[in-house]
Amino acid sequence: MTVRGNIVGIDSPEALERALRTAYYLADDGLATAAYLGLALGKPLLLEGAPGVGKTEAAKAIAAVLGRRLIRLQCYEGIDASAALYEWNYPRQMLAIRQAGEETIDIYGETFLIERPMLASLRAPDSTVLLIDEIDRADQEFEAFLLEFLSDFQISIPERGTVRAAERPVVVLTSNRTRDLHEALRRRCVYHWIDYPTAEREARIVMMRASSVAESTARAVVAAVGRLRREPLSKAPGIAEAVDWAEAATLLHARGARWPDAFKRSIGVALKEEEDLTFISGRLDALIAEAAA
Amino acid sequence: MSDELQLPHAARVFVSFVALLRVNGFAVAPEQTTAFLAAIGLLGPRSMEAIRQAGLATLAPPPERRATYDRLFDLHFLGSEAIDHAGAEDEEVVRLQEEGRGEDETLLADEVNESGLAAARAEALVERRFAPSTTGSALRKLSREAPARLPRRRGHRRMRARRGPWADLRRTLRESVRNDGEVLRLGRLKRRTRPRKVLLLIDVSGSMKGRTEDNMKLAHALSHAISHVEVFTFGTRLTRVTRALRLKRREQALSAAAHLVSDWDGGTRIGDALQAFLSVPRFGSYARGAAVVIVSDGLERGDPSALQDAVAKLSRRAWRLSWLTPLASGPGFQPQTEALIAIRRFVDDLVDGGSTAAIVSHVLSLGQRKAA
Repeated sequence: MTVRGNIVGIDSPEALERALRTAYYLADDGLATAAYLGLALGKPLLLEGAPGVGKTEAAKAIAAVLGRRLIRLQCYEGIDASAALYEWNYPRQMLAIRQAGEETIDIYGETFLIERPMLASLRAPDSTVLLIDEIDRADQEFEAFLLEFLSDFQISIPERGTVRAAERPVVVLTSNRTRDLHEALRRRCVYHWIDYPTAEREARIVMMRASSVAESTARAVVAAVGRLRREPLSKAPGIAEAVDWAEAATLLHARGARWPDAFKRSIGVALKEEEDLTFISGRLDALIAEAAA
Repeated sequence: MSDELQLPHAARVFVSFVALLRVNGFAVAPEQTTAFLAAIGLLGPRSMEAIRQAGLATLAPPPERRATYDRLFDLHFLGSEAIDHAGAEDEEVVRLQEEGRGEDETLLADEVNESGLAAARAEALVERRFAPSTTGSALRKLSREAPARLPRRRGHRRMRARRGPWADLRRTLRESVRNDGEVLRLGRLKRRTRPRKVLLLIDVSGSMKGRTEDNMKLAHALSHAISHVEVFTFGTRLTRVTRALRLKRREQALSAAAHLVSDWDGGTRIGDALQAFLSVPRFGSYARGAAVVIVSDGLERGDPSALQDAVAKLSRRAWRLSWLTPLASGPGFQPQTEALIAIRRFVDDLVDGGSTAAIVSHVLSLGQRKAA
């Protein structure tokens, strides 16, 4: 297993953790270790966790730390090679055939090729980070198709031959775990399960992301969000919702609303399902009072 | 022998940890072992925590088995004195199994704990064994007809078609190249259809005792007839039995399921079980756009409002929600129990679930029905 030196200046998980912090991302030891190992061993990083724990944000922060462009491939059921790899520009090809007349032309030349995220990342591995987002949404055929790409970092275009990356690109995959991923895919990756952060860490995240928020507000919001996550809700609030809630409550408070009231009135940015709001409405006052205490 | 000599002494303890994981049912590929060793090399001699993290990242234990991983890790690396004295890793495994931490039990605990529902009220934990019996003609009918008759939905992929809304430019171009750029015929594409997901929730409580075995057989037949079937059982707990039912031989599959489910013939807390189902995001997403079939008599011991709330949620997610109850086997059925009356307005079908033939006939009719 070759260890590569493309992560200049980052020689340990701690160094990566510090660098991520400058990109406004607070990673715990586990994530920093997994991300560091992924980068150093040249393996894709697979991040799993509940929606809203910061998987996509982690990929963005890694791209920022490395100073690279993030290419995002959002997966969906039915995604296929032409959406992920490349597509031919058929109208242009057709036109070229017509215009060529008696001459011979190469209709599979570079000018007719439309790059999609995976091809773009193979062609510029040193300046991009490829994010394959929500791989669990794609169907299993697509997952199988990813296997070749993730182990050899090459793809074959029948009309042109094989495209191989000059060096291993940085790839981050995320999954909400709505279904089990294939073992073969997990095997090829460095893996990390992102949990909700501890209250302490989450309060720091809220303050870092929303600088106008006071520490006491951040702590109260994080405590309330933590309690909400223990309820059987159809969509538990993620980190982004906690940040939004803290900002919204601060804003209302600044415009004259009294404190617990401002907190309560802005719950709509944390819970976005009508059924969840109804479910929690009876206990909301107690929950907020307890969190703000 | 020679392999052992080639392996550096320092690496042995790590490789034997991988062996321990494998014996305990973790799938670890050789390339992951290599990555694990490389990771430890990279991180350097730091702390035990760094080794644990390196293992988590490269050996990738599934999150629901994280506790087992940690236990094995502690045993292997922190209880090192005992291991040194024992001299071989086989010893630990025997000890683990003797302590009842073998593969089967761990798997069972994972599947049950994942639902997040621990039974609080008095529950009877009974293990059931299914007697082998002949396959009914209804089940044969289900296996034969399900692929063609169960509901389908339009997928995102496109396929060649004689007529369709999109031009197949790839094929048209290929053919035109053969004809010096002349387009003689425009290929067409249409959307493919895919089988819709089917979610079966089977009541295994005491009041359903007479039907449970047949219902499980039906679930097994359906799991093998079409893809995308998810099966859960509920009584005082919620258990996912999809994986067990994937075993091809019915007796094997049913006995695997029987080991997994621990609340056969106990009480019923349908509302709590369904709430638990919905609150695990991974499970809740199985219901989205699915044909949801609940086989239960609806005799709820818990609070009917919890049941009503859960069924309403489920109904909003499902493509169609059917409630099959043995109580509806007679003609002119009117729901009598408080729970069934409460949920009636949320379910699309409230029909007979009193015999395998009745359930099969309803399931096979789903394809003809529209989303509510």
